[in-house]
Amino acid sequence: MDKNFLQSSLKDSLFTGLIALALFGPIVGLRTVAVNEALVVQPKWLVVALIVAFCAVGRFFINIYTFKKDQRRGEPSSFGKAISNFLDTKGSQIALGAVIFSIIFPFLPFADRYWMDIAIMMMTYIMLGWGLNIVIGLAGLLDLGYVAFYAVGAYSYALFAIHFGWSFWICLPLAGLFAGMFGILLGFPVLRLRGDYLAIVTLAFGEMIRILLLNWYELTKGPDGLTGIPRPSFFGLPFKRYPDEGVETFHTFFGLEYSPMQRIIFLYYLILILALITNFFTIKIRRLPVGRAWEALREDEIACKSLGVNPRNTKLTAFAVGAMFGGFAGSFFATRQAFISPESFTFIESAIIVAIVVLGGMGSQTGVVLSTIFLIGLIEVFRDFESYRMVAFGGAMVLIMVFRPKGILAKRKPTITMVKEK
Amino acid sequence: MEYFLQQLINGLTLGSVYGLIAIGYTMVYGIIGMINFAHGDIFMVGAFVALISFILFALTAIALPVILILVLLISMVFTACYGWTVEKLAYKPLRKSFRLAPLISALGMSIVLQNYVQAAQGARIKTLQPVIQGGFNFFEESEFVVTLSYLQIFIVLVTIVLMAIFTLLITRTALGRAQRACEQDRTMTALMGINVDRTISMTFIIGSSLASVAGMMFVMYYGVIDFYIGFLAGIKAFTAAVLGGIGSIPGAMLGGLLIGLIEVFWSGYISIEYKDIAAFTTLVIVLIFFPTGFLGKPDIEKV
Repeated sequence: MDKNFLQSSLKDSLFTGLIALALFGPIVGLRTVAVNEALVVQPKWLVVALIVAFCAVGRFFINIYTFKKDQRRGEPSSFGKAISNFLDTKGSQIALGAVIFSIIFPFLPFADRYWMDIAIMMMTYIMLGWGLNIVIGLAGLLDLGYVAFYAVGAYSYALFAIHFGWSFWICLPLAGLFAGMFGILLGFPVLRLRGDYLAIVTLAFGEMIRILLLNWYELTKGPDGLTGIPRPSFFGLPFKRYPDEGVETFHTFFGLEYSPMQRIIFLYYLILILALITNFFTIKIRRLPVGRAWEALREDEIACKSLGVNPRNTKLTAFAVGAMFGGFAGSFFATRQAFISPESFTFIESAIIVAIVVLGGMGSQTGVVLSTIFLIGLIEVFRDFESYRMVAFGGAMVLIMVFRPKGILAKRKPTITMVKEK
Repeated sequence: MEYFLQQLINGLTLGSVYGLIAIGYTMVYGIIGMINFAHGDIFMVGAFVALISFILFALTAIALPVILILVLLISMVFTACYGWTVEKLAYKPLRKSFRLAPLISALGMSIVLQNYVQAAQGARIKTLQPVIQGGFNFFEESEFVVTLSYLQIFIVLVTIVLMAIFTLLITRTALGRAQRACEQDRTMTALMGINVDRTISMTFIIGSSLASVAGMMFVMYYGVIDFYIGFLAGIKAFTAAVLGGIGSIPGAMLGGLLIGLIEVFWSGYISIEYKDIAAFTTLVIVLIFFPTGFLGKPDIEKV
């Protein structure tokens, strides 16, 4: 380590400290607080000093250890490669193990109410991730408004169930169908747009639907939301402690003691089955002509056009199928919560689902599961620090894009290729 | 008629703000071909820096014009640091990556900035006492008095001055030439001995400082900000950039004015609840039917 090197590292870390001071000085150091309806500034220089020192020292160490090292970014690291290889070779066993684990999960000793709630939430996100994976991972269309279909599914389920009193099993396919139709409706005009424009347009659609839900008071009750959405029943047997006269309930039918956990476990299995259906569908459709066309379109649109693949219709099917699964997940969400409001369908939800798909590695089904566990776990761990957890979340998105732009499990290669992989 | 005139004045003021933000989008798009999704949040940071400086200067006895200039400079400098850092951290490593990677990274950056400001400054809305008061009244004898406030004049004037300086910068200086060269062919520009990285950094610095000016005007005009203003303002400014023709700087200003007018007239004549729908609808319509905008170059697909 020669002297010049140390000197330049020091200079560089001082500069970093200066930049950090400029960044955090005003925003962190001068907190505005309302006192008697007037804003005053509360200095917090200690925090700033700590952050600046941390940045400068951190930069210094980074400089010393990796200064001007020839870094190859984008290549999966050896660790990631090892995981990928391991999953490729042992993939089916691991998947089987994971499925078995999720089936016995509710009966594990530590699986109390809290764990079940988290598990149900994760399953919902896994299902949404798998649904969006069809759009982003297979067809390569960045959809930033996926939550719109989730909302359409939830609201159509709730409205059907409240106004017509239809059961969950009738409303669920209807909600999916409705969301799928919405996907076609929205997709039809926009799918010829280029990738980044498409992303922005879908974002706009997502927000438009939310604003519509907020303001169409007669139908959606606006910000008050819809309450009293019927809970699902086990093939007609409701989960109630005190059922209406003459109605047999789940626990009396099976001769069990009543426990609120029964309903939770039922919901868990419901979402597990829905998610597995989504996964199974995706795995199968990848081998059908339409699935092949999606992947081909993602790789090279012009080549596809010249080979006679109709890009718009192909993309439209991907969009509609993805939307349909979003709708299914939405109706599950509605029936679980028994209350929905536009609050649950903000842009940040879309961003979370996109992050799940992208970070997992676009197109990788296992990646979706891993990144859901990672991201939702992250959000859950930071539960008490509302805004820090989203900072961590956004930061994770940036970091993974920078260091592993293809996601944790980089599996972008098409299912079949002409040239043999080396 | 009076009502219309009032809306026109309001629309032009709002349009100036959007136009200044839109320049950042259009410049970045022109030079590296990505949508800088975090730009709206840079604008929000600028608004916060301006708010904090206004509060600090209110305690001193400096004359108002000096305060205005100081706040302008301070928010430009500090916000430019944000733009520079965001580019270095989140976009530069991704320049050779696949096309959607920078967009996703920008999305992450936008979430980071929003929540970081929320954590540092609190989630509640911040109000600023009016800095410039008073104005001219027209048609005082009619039912509807049209007001042109000094603040509105100030906003439009500053925008015009900045635009003039900025146009000179792009058309007359070496930096501007380098920027235009980078837009056309980055590799070739690098071979001509131009530091492409520095040019791109400068683009972000300029874009962020203009956004911070917009932020300062926003906080003066509305008097209320929170950590979330960047999202909607960013979308509207992006619409403006596309409407004017993305990549074209006069187009961004023109688009900004149009978006401001559309928004104000929509909420004035049609529906105030659906005011944001107007912006989104414009965005969708423009992108679908008119993706090159007024002054943009058509996008040619190459094999």
